[in-house]
Amino acid sequence: MPEQDPKTRIHNFSEVALGYNLELAITEAKRCLQCKNPTCQQGCPVDVDCKTFIRFVAEGKLEEAYLTIQKTNSLPAVCGRVCPQENQCEGSCKLAPTGQPIAIGRLERFVADSYYAKHPCDDDKKQKECIGPKSRHKVAAIGSGPSSLTFAGYLALRGIKVTIFEALHEAGGVLVYGIPEFRLPKKIVHTELEALKAMGVEIKTNYVVGSTLNLQDIFDQGYEAIFIGVGAGLPRFLGLEGENLIGVYSANEYLTRVNLMRAYKFPDYDTPLPRGQNVVVIGGGNVAMDAARTALRLGAKKVYVVYRRTQQEMPARREELHHALDEGVRLKVLSSPVKFLGDEQGKLQKLVLQKMELGEPDASGRRSPIPIPGQFEEIVTDLAIIAVGTRSNPLLLQATPQLKLNQRGYIEINPDTGETSIPNVFAGGDIVTGAATVVLAMGAGRKAAQEVAKRLKLTA
Amino acid sequence: MGFKIVKKRVLIPGRVTEVVFLAPDIAPTAKPGNFVIIRVRENGERIPLTIADKNPEQGTITIVYLVVGTTTALLDLLQEGDEILDVCGPLGKPTKIEKKGEVVCIGGGTGIAAMHHIAKGHAEVGNKVISIIGARTKDFLLFEEELAKFSAEVLVATNDGSKGHKGLVTEVLDSYLANHTVQEVVAVGPVVMMKAVAEVTKKYNVFTTVSLNPIMVDGIGMCGACRVSVDGQVKFACVDGPEFDAHKVDFDELMHRLNSYKQQEELSYKQFCECHGKEKKN
Repeated sequence: MPEQDPKTRIHNFSEVALGYNLELAITEAKRCLQCKNPTCQQGCPVDVDCKTFIRFVAEGKLEEAYLTIQKTNSLPAVCGRVCPQENQCEGSCKLAPTGQPIAIGRLERFVADSYYAKHPCDDDKKQKECIGPKSRHKVAAIGSGPSSLTFAGYLALRGIKVTIFEALHEAGGVLVYGIPEFRLPKKIVHTELEALKAMGVEIKTNYVVGSTLNLQDIFDQGYEAIFIGVGAGLPRFLGLEGENLIGVYSANEYLTRVNLMRAYKFPDYDTPLPRGQNVVVIGGGNVAMDAARTALRLGAKKVYVVYRRTQQEMPARREELHHALDEGVRLKVLSSPVKFLGDEQGKLQKLVLQKMELGEPDASGRRSPIPIPGQFEEIVTDLAIIAVGTRSNPLLLQATPQLKLNQRGYIEINPDTGETSIPNVFAGGDIVTGAATVVLAMGAGRKAAQEVAKRLKLTA
Repeated sequence: MGFKIVKKRVLIPGRVTEVVFLAPDIAPTAKPGNFVIIRVRENGERIPLTIADKNPEQGTITIVYLVVGTTTALLDLLQEGDEILDVCGPLGKPTKIEKKGEVVCIGGGTGIAAMHHIAKGHAEVGNKVISIIGARTKDFLLFEEELAKFSAEVLVATNDGSKGHKGLVTEVLDSYLANHTVQEVVAVGPVVMMKAVAEVTKKYNVFTTVSLNPIMVDGIGMCGACRVSVDGQVKFACVDGPEFDAHKVDFDELMHRLNSYKQQEELSYKQFCECHGKEKKN
């Protein structure tokens, strides 16, 4: 797929991957074997009928292709961009062993983008596909990230009125505060949201469930079921000396300032942002890559990603890691932060690293890092971003003591239905699993929605 | 849904203003100690403001602000009938209020407004409330009448001696504690004041609560911008606070962190003032 050149793109926030044109898409779709027993669909957490939609693309029938995807996936333009397809549809493709599976993600993106270009589904000119709620039932979702949006889309498509309560001023959850513009343009998220709104989904922003109102208040307003999809938003810190120096950030804060608050446009936007020259990002996942690539675009001279193990063990998607390396992000592997050093004004100056080596495999099957005695390194830095994961946000959980949690502090659910310990309250996404991917959260939202649909019919 | 301003009252001309606005979903659950996060325009910043009062029957919230930067200046441009774009709340843990006897509540600057809501809460459960308020000069004192409605006494300190004790609120506090037995002290105001209060009350071994005002972004626990060190532990003021045991707070660290964006804040405010043809007020 065509991409922006790394030398150009590190100076802008425009999308890196440029997407297929019709000709490329049809050529790619025609490579599909149209297997009798397609395995791609089984690899998809939201059960997209890949075979059928790809056939429609090969025939140039993009609208049919979109409607095929939309049956099970409420966010195709998002999924086509941020899903780890190599582990899912494309990883399960019969052509995967050849090293050239069908580029299902790219095709999905192309189909969704083309459809939205023709069918904006905005409030002014409603398309016939944009149906409103038909039934008297109404349900609620808390949080407006991928799991809740999928939950809402599934039920709205079946004529049920869905209201989403979002704590922030803008809907989309991690899709707007977490994933950067150059990987997932906000315009795409807005288009998907508009498509949901046109189906009758209502989004109420500035509602913090657990503070502004609680679960019982929502039931009292006549909602018959509630889906909790609030994510795992509380950032983890390292517990190291100097971690509260000016210039040390959680990846959540750094990315929220840039993405949700558009601080990269400061001072035209009011939210300020640190412009680090020598940036260190701690962690080896996708969020670390997002933070590192963002810092480069904001003018950093050097950006290091510091990781305890080696490049081999990094949890980031290969594609994300390669994009980062192409753009000039440097890796400092086998290094573990020990402390942050600052000046008298409390400003970050240096990060001290302990050098590591790999030992025996640990419980995760990865070789565990062991400190090499006496070997330390100091890096000069004015901006350190900690991207070592998140924990469950306590707001809703503390306000709802009846909600049963597991040992890790996430919500416990019935794996078959998605239901929590409170009847007709469902949960899914990161607040159940801990930090995971967009599409797994969507799969969880869909499962809960299927259960809700089943129950509403029974009680209708 | 917008948050319509129903009343705007200038408390200190050119400095401090009180705004009462409709927030029917927030007012019924707002408690002393809670705050809201507001955003005033589409490209605006999210800032926290403590709830100074509420009226659940009328569905209103009261906030008091000092114009210190772009967002408060933008807020100040709004008039009665205008709407605040976004208001999110009530946030933070409410003040722990129980009947315990005598409570001294200290407020400095706009912190007096936040202290007012807490002091009122203490009075409502039957605690004897002594309010101590301070400002540079008597014209900068806030909420004196309101506090007098439920306080056993309102003690005043001004730097220039134009009213009450000439000097600092901590001096008033010190002499009060020397002669009275007090179950708790609550302090809300500039960090230097809260730090000084903590030093005085430590001497008398009186439990002391402070309401901290660190920089926040989301206000709902997502970012950690507001982290403070309390008893050597990292706490998020937005979800673990904003009130903490004053004797355990690292005030110096908080003061440093409040300066994180000083340059950018000045640049942003300067640009705002140029756009609006206003002189920077100091």
